[in-house]
Amino acid sequence: MLDIAGTPSVSHRPSAGGSVVSWPGAGTKPAASWPHRHLLDVDQLSRDQLVACLDLAVEMRERRARRETLDLLRGEVVGLAFCEPSTRTRVSFELAAEALGAQVVELPIDVSSVTKGESLIDTLRTLERTGVSTVILRHGMSGAPYLAARAVSLRIVNAGDGLHGHPTQALLDAMTLREALGTLEGRKIAIVGDIAHSRVARSNLHALTALGASVWLAGPPAWVRGFSGWPGVHVADRLEDALEGADAVMALRIQLEREAGGGVPSLREYTARWGLDADRLQAARPEAPVLHPGPTNEGIEITSELAASERSLIGTQVVNGVAMRMAVLALLAQ
Amino acid sequence: MSRFGSLADPPTAFLLHGMRVVDPGDGTDTIGDLAVLDGRIVEAAELPPDAPRLDGAGLVAAPGLCDLHAHLREPGMERAETIESGARAAAHGGYTTVCAMPNTDPPLDEPARVGMVLGHARGCACRVRVVAAATRGREGERITEIGELAQMGIVGVSDDGQAVASGRVARGLLSYLGPLGLPLIEHAEDPSLASGTVMRAGPLATRLGLAGWPASAELAIVERDIALAEETGGWIHFTHLSTAVALDAVRRAKALGARVTCDVTPHHLAFTDAWVAGDRGFAWDEPAGVAADPFGTSLDPTLAYDSTCRVNPPLPSRADALALLAGLADGTIDAIATDHAPHPRERKAVEFAAAAPGMIGLETALSLGLAAVAAGCLTLPRLVEAMATTPARLIGEERSLRLGAAADLVVFDPEATWRVETARLASASTNTPLLGMELPGVVRLTVASGRITYADGLDPLN
Repeated sequence: MLDIAGTPSVSHRPSAGGSVVSWPGAGTKPAASWPHRHLLDVDQLSRDQLVACLDLAVEMRERRARRETLDLLRGEVVGLAFCEPSTRTRVSFELAAEALGAQVVELPIDVSSVTKGESLIDTLRTLERTGVSTVILRHGMSGAPYLAARAVSLRIVNAGDGLHGHPTQALLDAMTLREALGTLEGRKIAIVGDIAHSRVARSNLHALTALGASVWLAGPPAWVRGFSGWPGVHVADRLEDALEGADAVMALRIQLEREAGGGVPSLREYTARWGLDADRLQAARPEAPVLHPGPTNEGIEITSELAASERSLIGTQVVNGVAMRMAVLALLAQ
Repeated sequence: MSRFGSLADPPTAFLLHGMRVVDPGDGTDTIGDLAVLDGRIVEAAELPPDAPRLDGAGLVAAPGLCDLHAHLREPGMERAETIESGARAAAHGGYTTVCAMPNTDPPLDEPARVGMVLGHARGCACRVRVVAAATRGREGERITEIGELAQMGIVGVSDDGQAVASGRVARGLLSYLGPLGLPLIEHAEDPSLASGTVMRAGPLATRLGLAGWPASAELAIVERDIALAEETGGWIHFTHLSTAVALDAVRRAKALGARVTCDVTPHHLAFTDAWVAGDRGFAWDEPAGVAADPFGTSLDPTLAYDSTCRVNPPLPSRADALALLAGLADGTIDAIATDHAPHPRERKAVEFAAAAPGMIGLETALSLGLAAVAAGCLTLPRLVEAMATTPARLIGEERSLRLGAAADLVVFDPEATWRVETARLASASTNTPLLGMELPGVVRLTVASGRITYADGLDPLN
């Protein structure tokens, strides 16, 4: 196990050249062992493992800022399999893998052919034979990483699957919130918007409740009702109830096509009833930070003023994203 | 050693001694003997002296099982199943009759195609009856030539795979079918509510991020069709009923004397939506893990999102499954039908939402029923009635173990267990979440029209 009270220790395998880089803390602590081969969702992590991820990500961020050589993944090939359009998450993973010394290959997956039902398993088997050790998988269907983890021997990191999960996003959100609030234990976090269609929200519910926060959900009924009964989660009937005394507020991206599905009559009405602005935020604690997984639809789920204000941690989330993905890749590579 | 026979084999003669004989047709449930000669059940004294005498101690003899709903995939999808392989699977499962559903490629929507299936079924290991398509091309618009099809011996019509979406067309079908004495077999699912969904709506669908199928999708069509049956005098049969609310609607309609019957699948009785999340407890078991705590329990990565659990209608909530078991026990549900739905590997080795819906069931239905009996949800005679006597009666066949009746029976060991494995399945497909699981109930002998169609460790010819 990682020593969660102190500096995390990360074991290291000899690189292709045979040299052993003894970073960090080698000689002072026994080599840690991470029990998980894949990161499929946050729910597989114990509270201690969650804390270890957060701690290691903080350390990664600092070491990266000091421009240290962090070649824990030297000799490894990390494949980016993005079966759905993504820029932010893909670039974040790419930077993380490269920062750890891995070679990164981007799979030329034609998004349209994947949606036509070409076999995900076939694609991954091809990768398996070409020396890739870890696959960062973004996929439009919930559960695809579970299928992948069963079908091939590659390490699978879920970079977002359908509506189900986006574990690295939730981990970086938890990291950002823990730093801003000191702790998540006993904190009230409001999440506002289309929870039902949000993999970010689902993974955050696992992460934030595991770390002791109580999470309040607000949004159009069809987008929040299904979550009632989740331990540590409260479904608010009114936005004000969720925001009242909140220690932090997270807005979610509204998929612009969702209004056709019957969740809300129009985006205009969504903004009128659930859009976040400085005025509504007054119900929260003073200085309560605002998060958004991005990309934002400014003026719809959050005003551009609020997104750019001092309360906004949107920029910090992006920086922490690379660090968290470094931490995850380093832990899985053990 | 097990072996298969066929309906083209010569009739067999044997005496089975000292079994529990269960015949719900006349309320028989007793320890006794059964003698079979020339396709009939006879007095033991009528047997020739050299006829084999088999020890039936610990076994149960029951009328041959009858499945109202099986996809035999021929023509068009012979890699998934053929009439021959499906008939063997049926015999292995204790069935002596299966009703083949019409959603083949091309569909069974005209007499020549129905005739082809009936022709291929000759000499197989099980009687095959045909459910013809309700509308041409299963497109829900023009009804098929039901009068001519009825003369060929079809047992009903159905656009199974989907409901007859248009109320006007459903009304016309029920009206036309009424005097023919055949049912409209309805897959009750309102497409405007069900389209795009892949599992039962509820906490687990929310947890898994899978689009949820609401019970109202089934109820909407069930209530419409009950009203149409009452208006037209036609016979509506709801297949694979899967919700407590629709079951209540059927119960009320039956009390008012409507011509309504229904069946339920073994998987909607025994499995729950928690199976999609990786649980493998039966509906009657005390819920544990993700079934008990749908949000807070870690998913089992080896079983979560297993595409073998993708089925239409989707696996029910535990409450719905328990209501279905109660409805089966009290007779509101007439029959158990498998909805045996074989698929080749590549249709299932894909993401959950992309997987073809359906699971095989002919070879495990009796075992699941016996597990429900062992759990105290049903009596054994009620199980036999729902799997043999009643479904046979609904399609105009007789099932009886009385003297002089056609020898159509199954003998099984309710206590012995077997492991569901690819090598043991006669079906050409293996898409079931039961693979690898140990189930109670081993079929020892299946006899259809006096011919041995399947024997395992109890073979009079040995």
